[in-house]
Amino acid sequence: MQTNSPFPEDSVGLVKPQTMTISAPLSLECGKSLSHFDLVFETYGTLNKNKTNAVLICHALSGNQHAAGFHKATDKKPGWWDLCIGPGKPIDTNHLFVISPNNIGGCHGSIGPTTLNLETSQPYGPDFPIVTVRDWVRTQARIAEHFSIDQWAAVIGGSLGGMQALQWAIDFPEQIRHSVIIASAPKLSAQNIAFNEIARQAIMTDPDFHDGHFYGKHSYPKKGLVLARMLGHVTYLSDHAMREKFGRELKKGSLGFDYNAEFQVESYLRHQGEVFSENFDANTYLLMTKALDYFDPAKEYENNLVKAVSKALCKFLVISFSTDWRFSPERSEEIVNALLQARKTVNYARIDAPQGHDSFLLNIPRYINLFSAYMNNVIREAKELNQEPQT
Amino acid sequence: MSPELEVIEGWVNHNAHVLDLGCGDGSLLRHLKSIKQATGYGLESGEDNILKCIEAGVSVIEQDLNKGLKNFKEQSFDLVIMTQALQEISSPHIMLAEMLRIGKECIITFPNFGYWRNRSYLALRGRMPMSKTLPHAWYNTPNIHLCTFKDFEALCYRQHIKILDRTVVDLNYKNSWSMRIMPNLFGATAVYRVTK
Repeated sequence: MQTNSPFPEDSVGLVKPQTMTISAPLSLECGKSLSHFDLVFETYGTLNKNKTNAVLICHALSGNQHAAGFHKATDKKPGWWDLCIGPGKPIDTNHLFVISPNNIGGCHGSIGPTTLNLETSQPYGPDFPIVTVRDWVRTQARIAEHFSIDQWAAVIGGSLGGMQALQWAIDFPEQIRHSVIIASAPKLSAQNIAFNEIARQAIMTDPDFHDGHFYGKHSYPKKGLVLARMLGHVTYLSDHAMREKFGRELKKGSLGFDYNAEFQVESYLRHQGEVFSENFDANTYLLMTKALDYFDPAKEYENNLVKAVSKALCKFLVISFSTDWRFSPERSEEIVNALLQARKTVNYARIDAPQGHDSFLLNIPRYINLFSAYMNNVIREAKELNQEPQT
Repeated sequence: MSPELEVIEGWVNHNAHVLDLGCGDGSLLRHLKSIKQATGYGLESGEDNILKCIEAGVSVIEQDLNKGLKNFKEQSFDLVIMTQALQEISSPHIMLAEMLRIGKECIITFPNFGYWRNRSYLALRGRMPMSKTLPHAWYNTPNIHLCTFKDFEALCYRQHIKILDRTVVDLNYKNSWSMRIMPNLFGATAVYRVTK
């Protein structure tokens, strides 16, 4: 690496999103199909000779392909999981080749509601088919095909990303060696769905939503998106984390007896909502929450998760965080217990951390050390397999 | 390898599906995996030990044994092992019943409080015994339920548990003539194989 690089030494540095076109039609779970569409992704590290070191990163609700590194030298923030992806980091790009796609239905380059529908010459908007975790996994399999990767060294994700890592193990058992599932759940609870529904209502009842056809209208359901994000954000933090960060601190030092943002927590949430609403598509937000609600890999196995995971051939690492109440440790343990009953190789750690669901994105030493230790085994295995002649 | 683990190894069948409760750094499981092709998991709550297990490629589940084993199904393991941990459990009798619910057989080891050194320590000094195997003071010991060889057998009798094998070892010898004749007096560590 150049010594005059403006980026930290353990950063993948400057990265550029790439696009691949999927031409063979992809039939979706909802019955519709997509053909000839674009998928955007980023890659970090180098694919080895026998293609045994490829890792797939699955993003969560508001994530995208930009998981690590910087797009411009002047970028203030790196990709969303830069903490874990880079040279010497748990997902070590000195040894692994990382592919991080933007899922279909997203709004960062892959086909989604903002894409122009060639049949109508209008953006898809609300007519974009509702996609599921299984659809995403199938699309990601197309990416593997594109790179001629027979088997991922690991499929890794947090939250909704962890659900994809679980689905991969069930749907493509031969094509994955390790599934890393962090701060996730085997399906949503009624409470989870309730929060999603409130977020959707916030967007759909915004007068600027226009039933999803707002693209040509010079306005968009900004207020709804802000509200949805504010609500979501509360569920990502723990009570403790909010108390630590904001307490009851007032912006101006004294009560104003009005409805402006007075407490620090109010202005923080408003700010988060604002920033998010400028960078995210309302229809995509609706889609992503639906994908979460629909996720239930046990459903087609007589609602028996043990049966569902029985098909898996890979090894598992499951990690939860003590104060995560969006997907609590007990939810991760449902996955773990199913894997134990199915006699799968599984490791589980319940990390003590005060930061809530967001923990999976934060520098928590025990979490990072465990993750690194596990990934070191993945790397060792990938190297050994690379030595063997391909048949 | 410690004499205790040597005894255990001899009692494990090939390809056994094993659950090791309080598996430490996973060395027993790793050993059984390599020489007996055993499968299975270790339960552990110590952070350093969990990390060591992962580094060693031993399947480890973070779980507090005092919260029970309800997440495991009836007779889902060939063998449930608990080495040097029963005395740290809040309800050993319930733990024992649970171990036999989920495992066809169990191997249990614990420090024998009836060992002559413990007896003489208490008799002569009038204080709670401390030794290499029991290094803690009474107020900070994790060993909240110490028992003797005889105590354990009385519990087995009460709970209708069948003792398949038993032996005592000390830190140096696998088994000596004195241990065979008076195990409760001369054995520092008790090693049991039981079933229902």
